[in-house]
Amino acid sequence: MPEQPGKNAIEVRGVRKVFGTGENQVAALDTVSVSIRENEFFTLLGPSGCGKTTLLRLIAGFDFPTAGEILLHGQDIAPLPPFKRPVNTVFQSYALFPHMTVAQNIGFGLEMLGRPKAEIEARVAQMLKLVKMEALKARRTSQISGGQQQRVALARALAPQPKVLLLDEPLSALDYKLRKEMQIELKRLQNETGITFIFVTHDQEEALTMSDRIAVMSAGKILQVGTPRDIYDRPAERFVADFIGETNFLPGTVVSKKPGVATVKFASSATISAGYPEGFDPTGEVTLVVRPEHADLVPDPAKGTIAGTLSNIVYFGTDTHYHVKLDGGENFIVRHQNSRSSPVTFATGAKVGIQFEEDAARVLKD
Amino acid sequence: MTTATLSPTTLSKAATFEAQAVKTSARRNRLLSLPALIIIGIFGVLPLIIICVYSFLVAAPYGGVQWQFSTDAYLNFLFQRDIFDDTLQFTPDFLIIYLRSFLFAVVTTVICLLLGFPTAYFMATRSPAQRNWWVLLITIPFWSNLLVRTLAIMFIIRDEGLINNALLALGVIDKPITMLYTNFAIQLGLLYAFLPFMVLPLYSSLEKLDFRLVEAAYDLYATRRQVLWRVIIPLSKPGIIAGCLLVFIPALGAYVTPLILGGGVHLMIGDLIAQQFGSGRNWPLGCAQALILMAAVLVALFFYVRNTSGKMQHG
Repeated sequence: MPEQPGKNAIEVRGVRKVFGTGENQVAALDTVSVSIRENEFFTLLGPSGCGKTTLLRLIAGFDFPTAGEILLHGQDIAPLPPFKRPVNTVFQSYALFPHMTVAQNIGFGLEMLGRPKAEIEARVAQMLKLVKMEALKARRTSQISGGQQQRVALARALAPQPKVLLLDEPLSALDYKLRKEMQIELKRLQNETGITFIFVTHDQEEALTMSDRIAVMSAGKILQVGTPRDIYDRPAERFVADFIGETNFLPGTVVSKKPGVATVKFASSATISAGYPEGFDPTGEVTLVVRPEHADLVPDPAKGTIAGTLSNIVYFGTDTHYHVKLDGGENFIVRHQNSRSSPVTFATGAKVGIQFEEDAARVLKD
Repeated sequence: MTTATLSPTTLSKAATFEAQAVKTSARRNRLLSLPALIIIGIFGVLPLIIICVYSFLVAAPYGGVQWQFSTDAYLNFLFQRDIFDDTLQFTPDFLIIYLRSFLFAVVTTVICLLLGFPTAYFMATRSPAQRNWWVLLITIPFWSNLLVRTLAIMFIIRDEGLINNALLALGVIDKPITMLYTNFAIQLGLLYAFLPFMVLPLYSSLEKLDFRLVEAAYDLYATRRQVLWRVIIPLSKPGIIAGCLLVFIPALGAYVTPLILGGGVHLMIGDLIAQQFGSGRNWPLGCAQALILMAAVLVALFFYVRNTSGKMQHG
């Protein structure tokens, strides 16, 4: 899809960030370019050390890029200090001021902007209501729970009505139930305020459920940008497929290809035709990826796309995982959602076929 | 596997044991504080009582005291008995020395704070390994005696000292600037002696400061100056209070520095009191002066702590 420059809240153009000097130089970000649209819930997803927090800190202004531009509504903000950027941050540690009350924390940004007292009070009251913290406005931040601190941190960052809100793993310190609650809360806040959210997380499930679009990062690079569905169903790289969800990887060799579809031969000499990502020219050794839930198990090995022996059955309540040893020696997992009427039952040791649609599989670089 | 059963009697026995253990440990803790209490008693409270008693006695002609009750020592602090008609006349000499000492101590505290804060901030923002080196450097003066260090200052600022010689050699001045035995010399000496006592508590406070709060303030549109006044200073208040007390109180009673650098001409309280026990041979007056100093410090401290703690609550 062609990008419309006017509609982008943030545009990152060829940004590099190098830490250290001389031999200790480490490129935390290696020439990253990405556009984040207005009113979008955009997630930077990746393992720790992939550069996602560095990118967030560059947008916030806590660090400055070694090279490249960061545009906010078309204007380069990369050289500006944080207090001159209409961008606010929700910190992983919340970083609430311990010497101020909840209300004073929320009003801090507006106060620093020199807004009139009446306006600050009205806005703080509005924010307290938005995050449902009216009752605790006079409390010290040390006297409220982690979840409440999280809400105050959100309210504090939203109070000055920033153009973009940056969230640095804000939910990682919360327990599971509270995290689920805050995920819904965050989505609601984003809808109500219409502010662009840039959310950093290493939790793929969080990213899939909350985001409009996700950028998957690894080793200082953005590997793929797309909707959660794009990323999950059509991973562009092996790392993306591996990092998000569970996947079967089958090594093989390309035997023939048509535009958009390549035919791959496996160790068992079975062949499968599948699509490949744009910009990748499949030749020689490749990897075929298939999601476990996109494959089906059939009792007749000849009817399957690929055949093997059932080695293990693991029951998960909602699902059952079938571990299949393929004839070529590879392991393959088929996930089957359990229902009241599972028509066929399988026994370990049985010869089975694995069946999947052509578009369920994808050819990626080895 | 066998399961150990806990009968009610075992449990109640356990409870008794625990209660006993708590009692014993409390007794043991009190015992642990005994050495400190003995030392405070012998070297703190007892001398204070002696000073208090002596201040109400009459001076013996060659030092020491005569066991005879008198409030002369306190009267002498502000008044002088006329030799001829025995009337009391107001003499502010001692009061002036006290006020001057207070001024010296206040100026020392303020300048130490102004110099110490950036220093401590610099130290606290270094890498942990570097910080230890900086702390070591700050404590180096403590490795040698204050008297020796003060004498060294004397050699630097005297008429034929390092500074004057250098300025003369460079042709900046044609006759030496008199620095030694002036108020400037005393002030310089006090600053030099007490600066580390300001830097160290400030450093320990700033080192604990969560610098993510500083980032958060920058993010919320606070300028550098606003970050300093609204976040860093309020959060380092315990260090500021401790540093000010550690500088102000000993500076007020400084003895060696004004004695050497003031040349005995510009007295401070410490020298005044020492004089009464030496050449003055008026022990009761010395005791009274010491107690008046103590009372003044206590009053000043009371107001200082009340003010600062009040401000902290309003934060």
